[in-house]
Amino acid sequence: MSTRDEQPLPGAGALISARGLRKSYGRTEALRGASLDLHEGEILAVTGASGSGKSTLLHCLSGIVRPDEGTVTYGGEELGGLPEGRLSELRRRDFGVVFQFGQLIPELTALDNVALPLLLAGTRRGEANERAGEWLERFGVRGQADLRPGGMSGGQSQRVALARALVTGPRAVFADEPTGALDTLAGEQVMTALVHTARESATAVLLITHDAQVAAYADREVGLRDGAVHSGSAQAAGQEAVRREG
Amino acid sequence: MYSGYSRRMSTRHVLLGLLAAGPTHGYDLKQQHDARFPQARPLAYGQVYTTLQRLVRDGLAAVEGTDSDGGPERTLYRSTDEGSGELARWAEEITAPAPFVTNEIFAKVVVSILVAAAGTRTAPEGRKPDAAAHLRAQRAAHMERMRELTALKTAPGADLSTVLSADYALAHLDADVRWMTTTSARIDTLTAEVNAI
Ligand SMILES: Nc1ncnc2c1ncn2[C@@H]1O[C@H](COP(=O)(O)OP(=O)(O)O)[C@@H](O)[C@H]1O
Ligand SMILES: [Mg+2]
Repeated sequence: MSTRDEQPLPGAGALISARGLRKSYGRTEALRGASLDLHEGEILAVTGASGSGKSTLLHCLSGIVRPDEGTVTYGGEELGGLPEGRLSELRRRDFGVVFQFGQLIPELTALDNVALPLLLAGTRRGEANERAGEWLERFGVRGQADLRPGGMSGGQSQRVALARALVTGPRAVFADEPTGALDTLAGEQVMTALVHTARESATAVLLITHDAQVAAYADREVGLRDGAVHSGSAQAAGQEAVRREG
Repeated sequence: MYSGYSRRMSTRHVLLGLLAAGPTHGYDLKQQHDARFPQARPLAYGQVYTTLQRLVRDGLAAVEGTDSDGGPERTLYRSTDEGSGELARWAEEITAPAPFVTNEIFAKVVVSILVAAAGTRTAPEGRKPDAAAHLRAQRAAHMERMRELTALKTAPGADLSTVLSADYALAHLDADVRWMTTTSARIDTLTAEVNAI
C-alpha cells in the first residue's frame, strides 16, 4: 500500500504518471504530494471526501492546471516542460474531459456539440457530423441529435458530453463526478455507456466519484485524503515492485 | 462470502410463492429459488424437502400426486387456499426497518476502537486491532464484491432476477461503505473521546 511518505518512481508502462504533486490555492493546500499512475485502457476510480483534492488532481493530470511541485508524465513527456501551445494541442487531441454538468455549449445542438472537437481538429463538416452522429448512437442519444442541452434530461446531456469527450478517439478520458447530478438509474445508463465504450476503444478513464456504486464500475480504486493518496495503490496491481529504496 | 442479505429470508414463504405458479417438484423449486435469488445462498435439497413437509403438516401445501417421467418417482406439491392466504398476509406485512447493528463489521470496528483506546492507556505489548486499517481493508473487500456485482448486472443479457438481486446487494454494501467512510473520518475523534472516559 502506498502512503504519502513514499515516492514511487514513474510507473513502467503507465499512460499517465503523477509523482509528488503539490498545489496550493492561497493558503489552501489542495494537493500535498499526490502520486498516481493511470495505465493504458484502465478505468481508475478516484474517491475521497469533498475537498480532498480530487478535482485538483484531475486538473493537474489533464494539463488544465500546472502543479506547484511534482511531475506529470504522459507518454514519456513531462507536461510541466511543454509550452502552452503543445499542451493545449495534447488536451484537444489525446484527452477528453467530462464534468458533473454544464459542459455543453447551450446554443449548439447535441450533434453540433459532439462535432465541435472534430471541427477544431480540422475535420471537414460532413465527416464531423457523420462521426458525431455515430457517437450519439453509441450512447443511445441519436434521437436527441437536434436538441439543445436545455431540452434534454440530465442523463441525456451527460451521455452527449461523453460522446463529445470520446469522439476524437482520446487515449484518456477524465470524468469529474459525471453522474453527480443524476439519479441512480440515469447514472447507471451513463456509467454503463462510458465503461462499455472505453473498453471497446481501450481508452483509459480517470473517474472521480464519492459514490461507491459508481466507483464499482472501475477496475480499481484510489482514495484521496488531504491532498494525498491514502488508500488503494498509486499503481496498478503488479507494479508494486517499482519503488525507490528508503 | 457476503450474501448481501442481512436478514434471513423466509424459505417457507418463498417456496409458497413459487408454488403459486402451479404444482411443482421439490427439485424444480430449488432450481427456481436459486435462479430467482442469485445472490442468496443456494437452497439445500434437504431444506426444500423439510420445508415442504412442514408446509403440508400445517395445511399450507398439499401433495398433488407423483410422477416418474421415466426416472425416479417424484412428489408434486401445490399450494392450498390457506397457503395463498398466508402468502398474501406475509407479503403485505411491513418489515420493521431495523438497523443491522448486530452486524459483524460494526462489532469489529467498535471493539477495535475500544481496544486501541485501552492500549494507549495501558500500552500492552503485542498485536492490537487497528480500526482505521481494518476499515480500509474491509472497504477494499466491499469494493471488490461491488465490482463483481456491477460486472454481473451490466453483462450483456443479464436477466431481471440477476439485476434486481445485484441492485439489492449493491445498495446494502454501499450503505456499509458509507458508514465505514464516515467512521474513518470520525475515528480519531472517537478514540480521543473513549480515552477521555
Ligand atoms: N480554484 C480554486 N481556488 C481556491 N481554492 C480552491 C480552488 N480549487 C480548489 N480549491 C480548494 O482546494 C481544496 C481541494 O479542492 P478540490 O480539488 O476541488 O477537492 P474535491 O474535488 O475533492 O472536492 C479545497 O479546499 C478547495 O476549496
Ligand atoms: Mg471536485
